[in-house]
Amino acid sequence: MSLDHADVKKIAHLARLDVSDGQMVSIAKDLSNILDLVEQLNSVDTEGVVPMAHPLHMAQRLRSDEVTETDHREVFQSIAPQTEDGLYLVPKVIE
Amino acid sequence: MHNKSMTELAAGLRAGDYSSVELTQHFLDRIQRLDSKLNSFITVCSDEALSAAKTADQQLQAGEAGPLTGIPIAHKDIFCTEGIKTTCGSKMLESFISPYDATVVARLKAAGIVNLGKTNMDEFAMGSSNETSYYGVVHNPWDSETVPGGSSGGSAACVAARLAPAATGTDTGGSIRQPAALCGITGLKPTYGRVSRYGMIAFASSLDQAGPMTTSAEDAAIMLQAMAGFDAHDSTSADQPVPDYSAGLEDDLSGLKIGLPKEYFGEGLDAAVAKSVEEAIAEYKKLGAEVVEISLPNTHLAVPTYYVVAPAECSSNLSRFDGVRYGHRCEDPKDLEDLYKRSRAEGFGDEVQRRILIGTYALSAGYYDAYYLKAQRVRHLISEDFTRAFEQVDVIMGPTAPDTGFRIGEKANDPVSMYLSDIYTIAVNLAGLPGMSIPVAPAAGKPTGLQIIGNYFAEAQLLNVAHRLQMATDYHQAAPSNIEQ
Repeated sequence: MSLDHADVKKIAHLARLDVSDGQMVSIAKDLSNILDLVEQLNSVDTEGVVPMAHPLHMAQRLRSDEVTETDHREVFQSIAPQTEDGLYLVPKVIE
Repeated sequence: MHNKSMTELAAGLRAGDYSSVELTQHFLDRIQRLDSKLNSFITVCSDEALSAAKTADQQLQAGEAGPLTGIPIAHKDIFCTEGIKTTCGSKMLESFISPYDATVVARLKAAGIVNLGKTNMDEFAMGSSNETSYYGVVHNPWDSETVPGGSSGGSAACVAARLAPAATGTDTGGSIRQPAALCGITGLKPTYGRVSRYGMIAFASSLDQAGPMTTSAEDAAIMLQAMAGFDAHDSTSADQPVPDYSAGLEDDLSGLKIGLPKEYFGEGLDAAVAKSVEEAIAEYKKLGAEVVEISLPNTHLAVPTYYVVAPAECSSNLSRFDGVRYGHRCEDPKDLEDLYKRSRAEGFGDEVQRRILIGTYALSAGYYDAYYLKAQRVRHLISEDFTRAFEQVDVIMGPTAPDTGFRIGEKANDPVSMYLSDIYTIAVNLAGLPGMSIPVAPAAGKPTGLQIIGNYFAEAQLLNVAHRLQMATDYHQAAPSNIEQ
């Protein structure tokens, strides 16, 4: 399996990573090598095998719908890059 | 003081041979004097440590001390520590001061542990050599030209050099066991779910597990005792009673059935490592254990399976680092997309970006079934290999890593060859089983480890098996001679 520059560009966009043209060659090569390693999985017959998402067979616990946490907004926002009036600031999205 | 085990230090504190403040100062001095050779710490917490030590001394005097009260340790920098910088080895979190403690940190704190500082690690725990850290490579205390292993390389190096009596680590594909082997210390990865993942920065959530890194199995037992247990903050935390890990340490091993997977002793295993592991197994026979050959036929599929499952989960987990709520933000973003893309590209190093890209690809429309679902099916087959093996044997043994510490830079430009360093450890994470690495006879003069794999929640048995070898041999007491002792 070999990825070309267009593939890498598309994946990088999905992952929201800025990849420069200069990095394309080495990234495409590294990713293709990893996919070659992964290719071995295709030699295995997994017909009828149940996918294992998780190592322990546990049911998700439910808790009663009660407020258990107090408000930590100020503490959490004190480490944010930019906030104002309790809101996180980002570049304008709506004109 | 620094060559004593945690158990011995606890006795010394109780007897009044030294105070926790003296003990803590002693380790802080060693870190200050010797860590420039290793780079095992990202942050040293001198003031916080001494203040915690003072409190511990009061508890000791008041007779309110537990087995860990006043003993200093180090935390891998993947654990959130309230008010203390928590970088996860990344530029992304260079100025991140955690607003809360991880459960592991909180529990050890409640047990009276003193935190000396935060240890260096591969960025976001993605690596097997500690070379992907934004804060520089860690040097193996036994040979400064070689890597300490990874991703818990700083924890392994500082414990091996006796800059801390113990440290916490995390293990997603071998990140406690492989560096423990390469640095000649004891490391335990518990059963998935045994130790809470709350506040432990996530890499691959179905594989990540925290554990102790110590100089002996006896110490690992007391440390795990404080770390393990149900936590309502972690939805995958196992709601199972925690046994007394120290109670059965000295149990007799007569009749113990040890399985040796033939796949772990084949091609790719360094001859000197094989010899050291075989010597340790011979020692177990002397202790009354019975050794049988077993097969884990899907072993060769563990690394390829892992390199779908782990990157897929990582790409999802690391999407939280978006430059909005915390972590690195790029300068002058022109729009929101630019803010996301440049903040992430600037904040993450090469290996982390590679894994995010592979994971994104494996989960993307049209490829999900072929990669992610396929890997999960193979994961099931790998797990069943172990289920069948544990019908025949009590524990499984083999090498922890195929080689001793390789040279810094040797594998840095070849990700796939680096991935194969974890060939014997990865399957254990995929199955969710507990595994341990303990030091054995040096291989061609360098540290190496014996891996012991147990059945689900059999940590007490692993510790017993490890401790019996450490009672009969002194491999675990060797300290690196090129670090001042």
